[in-house]
Amino acid sequence: MASISLRNVKKTYGKNAVVHGLDLDIESGEFIVILGPSGCGKSTLLRMIVGLEEISEGEILIDGTVVNRLEPRQRACAMVFQNYALYPHMTVAENIGYALKVAGVSRSERDRRVREVARALAIEAFLDRKPSALSGGQRQRVAMGRAMIREPRVFLFDEPLSNLDAKLRIAMRAEIRRLHRKLGTTSVFVTHDQNEAMTLADRIVVMNGGKVEQVGTPAEIYHRPATRFVAGFLGSPAMNLMEGEIEPDGTFVQDATRRLRLSQQAGHAFPGGRAVLGVRAEAARLVAPGRPDALPAIVDFIEELGASRIVHVDFDGLSFAVATSDNPALIPGDRVGIEIDPRDIHLYDSATGERLEPVTARQTVHP
Amino acid sequence: MVERTPVFNILCYLILTLGLAVALLPFAIVLIAATHDLKAVNTVPLPLVPGTHFWENMSAAWTRAHLGSKLLHSLIFATSVAAGKVALSSMAAYSIVYFRFPGRILIFWLIFVTLMLPLEVRIVPTYSIAANALQPFQTLLDVSGLTWLADTVFGLRIRLEWGLLNSYTGLILPLVATATGTFLYRQFYLTVPDELAEAAKVDGAGSFRFFLDMLLPLSRANMIALFTIMFVWSWNQYLWPLLITTDPEFGIAVTELKTLIPSEFGLPDWNVAMAGTLAIMSPPLLLVILMQRWFVRGLISTEK
Ligand SMILES: Nc1ncnc2c1ncn2[C@@H]1O[C@H](COP(=O)(O)OP(=O)(O)OP(=O)(O)O)[C@@H](O)[C@H]1O
Ligand SMILES: [Mg+2]
Repeated sequence: MASISLRNVKKTYGKNAVVHGLDLDIESGEFIVILGPSGCGKSTLLRMIVGLEEISEGEILIDGTVVNRLEPRQRACAMVFQNYALYPHMTVAENIGYALKVAGVSRSERDRRVREVARALAIEAFLDRKPSALSGGQRQRVAMGRAMIREPRVFLFDEPLSNLDAKLRIAMRAEIRRLHRKLGTTSVFVTHDQNEAMTLADRIVVMNGGKVEQVGTPAEIYHRPATRFVAGFLGSPAMNLMEGEIEPDGTFVQDATRRLRLSQQAGHAFPGGRAVLGVRAEAARLVAPGRPDALPAIVDFIEELGASRIVHVDFDGLSFAVATSDNPALIPGDRVGIEIDPRDIHLYDSATGERLEPVTARQTVHP
Repeated sequence: MVERTPVFNILCYLILTLGLAVALLPFAIVLIAATHDLKAVNTVPLPLVPGTHFWENMSAAWTRAHLGSKLLHSLIFATSVAAGKVALSSMAAYSIVYFRFPGRILIFWLIFVTLMLPLEVRIVPTYSIAANALQPFQTLLDVSGLTWLADTVFGLRIRLEWGLLNSYTGLILPLVATATGTFLYRQFYLTVPDELAEAAKVDGAGSFRFFLDMLLPLSRANMIALFTIMFVWSWNQYLWPLLITTDPEFGIAVTELKTLIPSEFGLPDWNVAMAGTLAIMSPPLLLVILMQRWFVRGLISTEK
C-alpha cells in the first residue's frame, strides 16, 4: 500500500502536449478511477506512474519519494494491460510466476505463491495451459494474477475489462472490487466506461484533453458536476444542456417561449450573463401541457428500457430527454409540458464551463 | 481467389509436374549413376534403373576424396556459420528495433546496403584481412607515422600480425555477418506487440532477460528457418573456402569434390564422382527435409 502524489505532471510528445500540468493526491489504499473520453491522456498518465513513459515535467511521488528517475521494477507497481499482454509461449503458471523468477525467488517458493494466487482467482485448473487456450475472462484473471503475485505497492489497470462481453465485465468488476477490499492495495483504474467508474471507484478523476475536470466520489460527480464537460459526460442518457441568458430577476431565458425560474428560495441570485443550463433526464417530469412554469414541448420518440423509459421531446428543434418510470400513454407528436425542480438545475458559465453557484444573501463571494 | 475449374486444375497439375520433373532430373541422374559400374555409366544413353554397385562406388569416393575428414570440416564450418548468423542477426535486429540510439536508422541502412555487396565483390580486401587480421591497424600506424617514430626513437619495430588462413576462425568469421538474417529478424520483432515488452519491463526483466526469455523462444520458427537457409548456403560455399584453405589437409567437402571429377585423359569414372556428389549433397538435403515444417512456418506466418 502506498500513497501517490502527482505534482504539476506534464507530458509532451515533441511539441504536442498531451497532459497539461496535472495535480492529484491518491491516498494509501484508495481505489481511484480515471475516467475520460478516448485520447484524453488516461493511458499516458498511467504509464507515467508505472514508469513506461518519461515524465516531461513535474514530479510523481510514491510514498513520499520522487520516482521520476526510477525504473518500472524499482517502483514496485504492477500493471494490468488492456490486451492482457500475456507471454504467449509460457504456461499460465509461468506467466504468473515470471516476476518472481526474474527476482530470483526459489522454485518451491514460487510454486507455492503461484498456487495461492491461482486459488484466489479460481484459475488453478488452467495452470498448465498456454494463454492461447484460455477464454477472454480467464486471460483477464491470469493478467490480474501476474500483477497480484508481486504484492505490489500500487495496482494500475488500463481498461482491463474493455475486451470482455457485457456480462463478464460486470462479473469481473465485482471481482476486482472484492479483491481490492481483501488486499487493500492502492489502485488506479483507467476506463472510459462511466458505469465501471461509478461502481468501482472510491473517487473518480474525470479527465478531458489532458486536464483534470473534477475529482470526487461517484455521488459528488453525479450530483454536483463541477464543469460543463463533466455534466455532459456522466449520466445516461446524457444531461440535457441548453444555452441561454440569466436575467437579473433570476429567470433563465433561452428564447421567448423558454423561460425557467431558477430558484424558488428568496434571496437566491445568480450572476447574470450567458450560461449553460443542465438538467438530468431523471430530474425532469412530464406534466400536462399548458401548466404554468412548465415548458411546452412535443414528444419526439420514446426509448423503452423495461423498468423505465426515456421520452425524447422536442421544443422548436431543441431535443430534451426525460426519464420516467410510470407509463404515460404517449405517442410521438403529443403535446406535453416539462416541469423542472429548480433544485435540480445545474448552471455553467458559458465561456469557461465552470459551475455557477447561487449567491445567497449570506454569501458575498462567489465560490 | 482464382476460381477453380477442372480444366484449370489439370493445367496447374501439368505445369507443376513438369517443374518437378525438371527439378528432380539431376538428382535422379546422380542417384542412378552412383549405382552403376564404370562400363554401365559410360554407355549412352544412361540406364534408367539403378544398378548394384553403390557401396563400392561410395567407398572409392570416400577414400579418394578423404570424405570422412572433409565432411566433418564442412559440418563444423556450415553449422558454425549458420549458428553465428542466427546469433548475430537476432542481436543486431534487437538493437535496431528495441533501442533508441543516435545513428540507429543509419546503421540499419548500412546493414541493408550490404545486401547488395555479396562476398564475391569484396573478396580481395576480405582475403587480405584474413591473411592478417591486424593489417588495418598496422596500416593506420604506418600512415600516421607512429611506426617510424617507434622505430627511430625506441628502436622498436611494430609488426602486428594475426593470420587467419587455414583456420576455422578465418573460414567462418567473414561469412557470419548477414543482412538477410538481420532483416528477417527485424520484421519478426516488429510483429511482437509492444505491450509484451512493457509487461516484461514492469515484471522487472532487463533488456537481456527480455531477449532471452521472450524474443528467443518466440522467434523459434524464425530461427529454424534462418538456420536452415544459412546452413545450406554455407555448405555450398565454394570460392571463399577455396581461397582461405591453402593447406590440402584442411579443405571442406564441396571444394574437395573437384578431385573426384575425372580428368580429360584419365579414367572416366563418373560413377565414383556421382557417389561422392551424393554423399556431399546429402547433409543439407536431410536438414531441409527434417526442418521443412518449421522452415515454412518461419517464413510465411508469424506464430503468436
Ligand atoms: N507515442 C506518442 N507520440 C505522440 N502522441 C502520442 C503518443 N502516445 C499517445 N499520444 C497522444 O496522446 C494522447 C493521449 O493518448 P492516450 O493513449 O493517453 O489516450 P487515452 O486517454 O488512453 O485514450 P483511449 O481511451 O483511447 O485509450 C492522444 O491524443 C495520442 O494521440
Ligand atoms: Mg488508453
